[in-house]
Amino acid sequence: MKLSRKFLSMVAVLTASSMMLTACGGSSEEAASPAPAKTETSAPETVAPISEEVKLSPEGYPIADVQELTYNLGADPKTVDPQLNSAVDGGQVINNTFEGLIRDVNGEIREGMAESWEISDDLLVYTFHLRDAVWSDGKPVTAQDFEFAWKRAADPKTASEYAYILESANIKNAGAITRMENIVDPATGEERPATIDDLGVKAIDDKTFEVTLANPTEYFLGLTGFATFMPVRADVVDADGIWAKDPAKAISNGPFVVTDYAMGDQIVLEKNPNYWNAENVTLEKIVCKMIVDASTAYTAYNSDQLDMLESVPTAEIPKLIAENPEFYVLPYIGTYFYVLNLNNEILQDVDVRKALNFGIDRKIIAEQVGSAGQIPATGFVGPGFLDTEGNEFNEVAGDYGIPITADVEAAQKALADAGYPDGEGFPELEIMYNTNEGNKLIAEAVQEMWATNLGIDVKLTNQEWAVFQETRTNQTYDSVARHGWIGDYTDPNTMLEIFTSNNPQNNGAYANPAFDEQMNLAKTTTGKERMDHLYEASDILMADMPVIPVYYYVNTLLVVDEVEGWYKNSQGKLWLGDAMMLDFDKM
Amino acid sequence: MTRYVIKRIFSMIVTLLIIGTLTFSIMHSIPGSPFTSERSLPPEIEQALMEKYGLDDPLWEQYLNYLGDLVQGDLGVSMQKLGVSVNDMISEGLPVSAQIGSVAVIVILALGIPIGVISALKQNSLIDHIVMFIATVGIAVPSFVVGTFMMYVFGEILGWIPAGGFDGWRSFIGPVIALAGFSLAYVTRLMRSSMLEVLRQDYIRTAKANGLSQLKVIGKHALKNALIPVVTYVGPMIASILTGSFVIEKIFALPGIGKYFTESVTNRDYTVIMSITLFYAAIYIFSVLLVDIAYAFIDPRIKLDD
Repeated sequence: MKLSRKFLSMVAVLTASSMMLTACGGSSEEAASPAPAKTETSAPETVAPISEEVKLSPEGYPIADVQELTYNLGADPKTVDPQLNSAVDGGQVINNTFEGLIRDVNGEIREGMAESWEISDDLLVYTFHLRDAVWSDGKPVTAQDFEFAWKRAADPKTASEYAYILESANIKNAGAITRMENIVDPATGEERPATIDDLGVKAIDDKTFEVTLANPTEYFLGLTGFATFMPVRADVVDADGIWAKDPAKAISNGPFVVTDYAMGDQIVLEKNPNYWNAENVTLEKIVCKMIVDASTAYTAYNSDQLDMLESVPTAEIPKLIAENPEFYVLPYIGTYFYVLNLNNEILQDVDVRKALNFGIDRKIIAEQVGSAGQIPATGFVGPGFLDTEGNEFNEVAGDYGIPITADVEAAQKALADAGYPDGEGFPELEIMYNTNEGNKLIAEAVQEMWATNLGIDVKLTNQEWAVFQETRTNQTYDSVARHGWIGDYTDPNTMLEIFTSNNPQNNGAYANPAFDEQMNLAKTTTGKERMDHLYEASDILMADMPVIPVYYYVNTLLVVDEVEGWYKNSQGKLWLGDAMMLDFDKM
Repeated sequence: MTRYVIKRIFSMIVTLLIIGTLTFSIMHSIPGSPFTSERSLPPEIEQALMEKYGLDDPLWEQYLNYLGDLVQGDLGVSMQKLGVSVNDMISEGLPVSAQIGSVAVIVILALGIPIGVISALKQNSLIDHIVMFIATVGIAVPSFVVGTFMMYVFGEILGWIPAGGFDGWRSFIGPVIALAGFSLAYVTRLMRSSMLEVLRQDYIRTAKANGLSQLKVIGKHALKNALIPVVTYVGPMIASILTGSFVIEKIFALPGIGKYFTESVTNRDYTVIMSITLFYAAIYIFSVLLVDIAYAFIDPRIKLDD
């Protein structure tokens, strides 16, 4: 983007100067400019007023008169109700129509609905002071709206698929409420079932919101920008989130509001004039298309009908990376991995797991099979997670001796140590994956690598998506299953916690009390001490190797040069509140 | 006639009941649920969701509840598109699918029948060979290939069709060609071979011998009989084209109804699977009934009162 912009302004300067001297358009420059850069010059008489009126973007480009952005959402979201949503697509809409206490812009915490906050000395009580913001219908945003929304998320009756995020945030009693467990009543000292009123949230007055945590939680503040924690109005919501899709009822407090919802076709968002920071929102309209097919979306981009899209045809990616400056490969906090079924006796031997881990060439898989800039994974926590000293967790943790290309010697030695020299007598393994071209290619690559490097026979089995989920959750697969995990927040906890012995995502029956203990200690400690427990847990996990990390995910995004000020953070959330359309013709 | 139609409608209901029961049992016997996700839900939340949609009731009770709602015209609520009813899906999606589908049907009939007739009359001529060649290609090339090609040529190169969305007459071109392709080729071939067969019949020779004009022989005597196999094919074809195609809708990003057939199964969206299947089945059976009634008009030997 930078490069081509610079080039563009150069072209523009050249064009303008040549115009002044010779009063003719710069046709040679025009031919040399990249595809989206239109440097056609207008007649000289229109140049003069433009220099007075043209508004420039923060990066110094002329802002377009029509502020409309067309974005491919890629699907008709299940819901766009903040508490009911658990999907990426719904999250993109909500992130731009609602606003939580804070606003996460590219990993940086900005003030959102809260203009300031205090944290108690024991780090357990957060007091947020709300700004004088109003909803899109003009009514004030109050602390009661937050209290209502958060309780709504925790309430088992709401059946929010993301209710557990309140427990991840360590909000007092969140887990007990969602799971309908008993708590000890603080007043009477007796045990009784938890109710939503026990949730550690309270509106002190209209503008003061207080949250009580069960344990000090450093990532709590960042989480308050997450969709589930965004406020909603008690007088507009309904149980199924119908209101959020209905322009007449969709009252929100973010920079945009839903003004049209055509099922399976598009959602139209328009600027919310009542947004507290509306004067700094430039976009007037965002049309979110629901084009499912990546090729169709890519065609739409090529014919100038889409300004922004995430999914592009996999086959196009290498070409896009090489040739198109409008294509971005961005960090995404998640790991593609294989989970090993430890109920299978063969895999209970750590040497076997080590041999399998060392016997694959992650570089080839990431570069040739993934081909979208994925990073070979040598641990379970990838890039994008910082520790208390500001270092990348995954750099400090190291690679655990896992080579990014196969270490055949070490792999063969481990297999021999396990009693299967050259793979002799080793039973056939099965890689189970959900039916998908990408998964298939990776499984075939791994099959080939294990056969060549270790002499192990591997069978590939694929199942339809939902059937596969059941197989993996019930641990009824034979030995190896495909898995992927995307973190909810940028703390290593979100990755590591899935391997605690009772976690529902722990699909390989991994259980190590030492690991569980470190994870528990990380829950009750703070600062460097906590981070050290997480490092310790990560060391234990990677010494045990109950998984085969393959690569760290990346996000791709294709955005035309005419869009400035977009942000997509490492959880994949898109923020368009600062975005604007540029018009290079005005240069 | 009336008695026949009433009898047929009665048997339609029985057929739909059988289809419904089969779909219901198959759908519940495959693994997974509407709440299956990459992230396993906590059991309490899953339980709450099951209760919300009545999925914790015994299966027979769920089935009876479903049928009860169905009789009242309530096709149920999607479990995957929160708060959206199947009635909404049909009322929003069907008009799009049906509009594109009807244009495709008109194209198929308006081109397929005359071309087939001409081809038969000029058997073994150059025209016949060209037509048969194109028709064979049309049958062999799957619609998604035609669709992708249309998208590329008209969308990307010529910029004639909006890449995605349903917006004006231009958005008809690609989907109509892709949708009509196979059936157009099939109808042409069917019409040709059926016409050829009829032309060899004694009564055509008699008609010709009586000095009737070529136009009268073909238009009045041959065409009517030659149409019977075409009508048999066209009835169900119309039903399936009008209700949309998953592939074509995906390629052209059309907000039609076709995608729900596939999507609902992948999502285990039980109510949508049931209602969309029954809806499709009803249209299909009804079109077969119309075909049978049409026979009576085309061929006087067929009597419906038996």
